[in-house]
Amino acid sequence: MSLSNEMVQEKLIAKFGDQVSQFATSYGMLSFESPKEINLKVLQFLYDEPSLAFTFLTDICAVNYPNQKGAELVVVYHLHNLKENIRVRYSVSTSLENTDVFTATKLFESANWMERETYDFFGINFVGHPNLKRILNVDEMDYFPLRKEFPLEDQTRIDKDDEMFGRG
Amino acid sequence: MEHNHITLPEGSIEKTTTTLNIGPTHPATHGVFQNIMEVDGERIVSSDQTVGYIHRAFEKLAERRPLYQITPITDRLNYCSSPINNMGWHITCEKFLQIETPKRVDYLRVIIMELARISDHLICNSIVGVDTGAYTGFLYVMQYRELIYEIYEEICGSRLTTNIGRIGGFERNFTNTAFTKLEKFLNEYPKVLKEFESLFTRNRIFMERTQGTGGISAERAMNYGFTGPNLRAAGVDYDVRVHQPYSSYQDFNFTVPVGTTGDNYDRFLVRNAEMWESISIIRQAYEKVQAFKGAEAEVYHADVPEYYLPKKEDVYTKMEALIWHFKIIMGEIDLPKGQIYCPVEGGNGELGFYLISDGGRTPFRLHFRRPCFIYYQAYPELIKGGMLSDAVVTMSSLNLIAGELDA
Repeated sequence: MSLSNEMVQEKLIAKFGDQVSQFATSYGMLSFESPKEINLKVLQFLYDEPSLAFTFLTDICAVNYPNQKGAELVVVYHLHNLKENIRVRYSVSTSLENTDVFTATKLFESANWMERETYDFFGINFVGHPNLKRILNVDEMDYFPLRKEFPLEDQTRIDKDDEMFGRG
Repeated sequence: MEHNHITLPEGSIEKTTTTLNIGPTHPATHGVFQNIMEVDGERIVSSDQTVGYIHRAFEKLAERRPLYQITPITDRLNYCSSPINNMGWHITCEKFLQIETPKRVDYLRVIIMELARISDHLICNSIVGVDTGAYTGFLYVMQYRELIYEIYEEICGSRLTTNIGRIGGFERNFTNTAFTKLEKFLNEYPKVLKEFESLFTRNRIFMERTQGTGGISAERAMNYGFTGPNLRAAGVDYDVRVHQPYSSYQDFNFTVPVGTTGDNYDRFLVRNAEMWESISIIRQAYEKVQAFKGAEAEVYHADVPEYYLPKKEDVYTKMEALIWHFKIIMGEIDLPKGQIYCPVEGGNGELGFYLISDGGRTPFRLHFRRPCFIYYQAYPELIKGGMLSDAVVTMSSLNLIAGELDA
């Protein structure tokens, strides 16, 4: 019997009740959220439950929503069940003041660098990570560049004398 | 009398291992990679990698660009097979905007993507040959990569960073020269690949250098997030082209080659077998393209005025075309709200695009799932306990591309 998005949703609700929420399907992929405190429990359940078996971690990344007060940073996990060929998107949100999220490195070796990258760009503090330091940026950097508080330069600005690039 | 002794660091006399630095630029790394290894004689005890030397903040740059300006960024990820990245990005945009592409466009794209896969695998496998001491194969097959690049050039005007295709299709129809060159490639390349295989596959030196080195089990490979030929060499038949077909891959017959041990030799064999499959896919696609008759045979893009630039003569003579031209170039098209994750089978694994739009004109966030960034973290485990010279072969057989790794 093949697994469907509805069955995944039912199983999650049966296990976690109203702690998992915001179920939605867009472009065929089921997405849902939970409080960040139970992220490992949810990932472990998705991994261990034989009928779900989301044993392949496709991707971890973060998103910064500056207007969501208290939930400005969102960590997104993309999981894949290779046998049934079904993917889910799972996200937990955290505030800028307390960016602690439990690490998934115990479950997936691949999470190691993905979490380091996420820390590097967004400053998510993955609690329990074996080696949480910057990976793509220089170690001396003291800010998290992919947060929305660092906008890219406005291309229409006129206060710059920059003849070399045709803006003089 | 005063003696000037050299002061050695604490414990350096008793230490039995040597710390060896390889990279960031070193002839054996084929890219900007640094490895600091602890070696006992020639055996590797442990190693530590440094990455990020050519990080260019693509994800940040993409937040300020309209969709069509992001294509050149994707060129610079896996630059050995840029067309796959370009097509992957176009396919992501099309899925997101719910644009339906004509079948002929899909088939033309398949031809280009499979050519790119061949050129990617060709480089990787011939470099594995170079690192085991056989330079001839590498120099020989370069001619055919050149022919592939000439086909790109005929279609889009550039060779390495191609920026090929547009959202909705191609910027122009394939010329007859492009098809002639493709026919030349299809005629000549199989013989060359056969020769290339007979140089290596049963070569005693090559087999002894690659068998049993850099191996990984299927479980570990999956846990490490391996995808593409590296995962298939470990025995998992996961291929995005089969699991989640895009660009009409479901219309083609091909097999997914798998290995058993996941070592350097199996990775080499899987890539070679995939090149044969690619040739067969290109043949099928070319037949399908030739089967179109009449007006259908001239179709090379979908009808999406919001994203596909109008013809130049129309821009000069028609009001509507002029408006669309300006709106597209100035990036004044509002995107729908939503999120999409769209994967394609890249040269070295599952290349994914995670696009989030908040209804603005540029992506709110764009994340690239770069396959070699994820599987390169297994490298210390792959080389631990092996010889230093095998670590070099393992690195090249993983098909690491610094541009993709560092994004």
